[in-house]
Amino acid sequence: MTDSHPWQAVIGLEIHAQLSTTSKLFSDASTAYGADPNTQISAVDVALPGTLPVPNRAARDKAIRFGLAIGAQIARKSIFARKNYFYPDLSKGYQISQYELPIVGSGKLVVRTDDGRTLEVEIQRAHLEEDAGKSLHDVFHAATGIDFNRAGVPLLEIVSAPVLHSAQDAVAYMRTVHTLVRWLGICDGNMQEGSFRCDANVSVRPLGETKLGTRTEIKNVNSFRFVEKAIEYEIERQIRALENGERLVQETRLYDAAHHHTRPMRSKEDADDYRYFPDPDLPPLMVTDTDIATIRAGLPELPQARRQRYLETLGLSDADAAQLCADKATADYFEAVLTALPGQAKLCANWVLGELAAALNAGGLAIESSRVSAVAFAHLLRRVHDATISGKIAKDVFAAMWTGEGDADAIIETRGLTQISDVGALAAAVDAVLVEFPVQLADYRGGNEKLLQFFVGQIMKRTRGQANPQQLNTLLREKLHS
Amino acid sequence: MRIDPAIVRRIARLARLSIADGDLARVAGELTRVLDLADQLADAPLAGVEPMAHPQALALSWRDDAVTASDDAGTLLALAPEARGGLYLVPKVIE
Repeated sequence: MTDSHPWQAVIGLEIHAQLSTTSKLFSDASTAYGADPNTQISAVDVALPGTLPVPNRAARDKAIRFGLAIGAQIARKSIFARKNYFYPDLSKGYQISQYELPIVGSGKLVVRTDDGRTLEVEIQRAHLEEDAGKSLHDVFHAATGIDFNRAGVPLLEIVSAPVLHSAQDAVAYMRTVHTLVRWLGICDGNMQEGSFRCDANVSVRPLGETKLGTRTEIKNVNSFRFVEKAIEYEIERQIRALENGERLVQETRLYDAAHHHTRPMRSKEDADDYRYFPDPDLPPLMVTDTDIATIRAGLPELPQARRQRYLETLGLSDADAAQLCADKATADYFEAVLTALPGQAKLCANWVLGELAAALNAGGLAIESSRVSAVAFAHLLRRVHDATISGKIAKDVFAAMWTGEGDADAIIETRGLTQISDVGALAAAVDAVLVEFPVQLADYRGGNEKLLQFFVGQIMKRTRGQANPQQLNTLLREKLHS
Repeated sequence: MRIDPAIVRRIARLARLSIADGDLARVAGELTRVLDLADQLADAPLAGVEPMAHPQALALSWRDDAVTASDDAGTLLALAPEARGGLYLVPKVIE
């Protein structure tokens, strides 16, 4: 935890990303979220006798897409296996998953932490599996209700190696995976709807020890903040227990956000032995070189590569590049602005991450629904770049564009906002102000240089903010020192 | 491999099978004989033979990603021993 502590936490994450297909992994029922209970089920999903699973090609292709993006080996032949356990929302009494031969082998992901470090996280494997149904314990007094709409929805389980050492790093890794799956268009990443969730395996060991300690698994946490808090709590709990001379048991625990603690899950006490075996209903899953080449050819430029390009080719700061590449829509918007205003990467980045992000945030909008198009936005920035308006005025123009008053030029025109760059007009304004404030002028000339800003403010007021700031500065200094 | 009564009890619990204590020794003996039979395969020369996941030399056939299911919810729910409000009902599960 803290640097002074002699313990090291070891964390591995199992992330479940729901693959964004329209139909289920093994049946032709819909995966759409939010339907009435049990209206999107087929005989396969509720495991009627005699039904057989027929796999969805799109789910396979999305899994391969992920594998290629993390540089993993794609298995030319992988196997679906039955994971056996009993729970009312698991209709067949087993979940179809992959065990010994997953479709995606080991790969790696470069993660940038909040404090600017770079981690290379090994991903051990990613495999295809079906989701279970949903148990509703609170609807009926004496019974549990089961909704099988989720049953059979395709998941990609992404398993990291136990190589993370703090809750913060674990969350940074989880965010990077979240960005990647959305970037690839294989998962919508919606955590409220359960499309992206995570189990965390946590253990601690004395710093310097290489053997892993006894681990616990925290199940099904579905927000970044809760993952961080749950892992932090679990690390502290384990250290406290070990320092008190207690023995830890390997178990599954549930994070309770309301009380900020983890507790053992009773239903999982017996579940350590899943008796996996190859599913006889499903022959091996074959992937050809052509399949892989086709999917590889359709991969977009990946977030890590794009961030690098923004740093090296466009000269953006590390923080700006990382923020723009946090999701593909933002990066694409930025590039559309930059295409319309070539060579002005820094200006475009500042405005996309500044005014535009603030307006989207205030309106609760995704960038795809921005009220100002990239082209219109670029046009506004062009007027800043060619000094028609100052940056300060541009913010007002942007606000007007946001409320639908028209394009940048029309607003500048009708409101008479064009910047005063005419030396004669500016000089007159400067002179007038210097005459109006003789005391301050004498003070300034006596050595109080802070008063420069006072004069700038007065002139801006007189010109309604339309003075070209650079020109004003030069002119004012000339006059003050003459 | 020797199966003892403790193993039988454990796998019976995992499989939700009820085996009377008096039957444990007999079942253990029967399972041991089944496994002994399978163990004879260990003597077969298997170097270079890939483990078999499926007895037939088939590859999976794929379905296109489309929703073609008709809404069978009513028919399917009607098969359940108990259903209410569109939900299958089971005895209360306490987490």
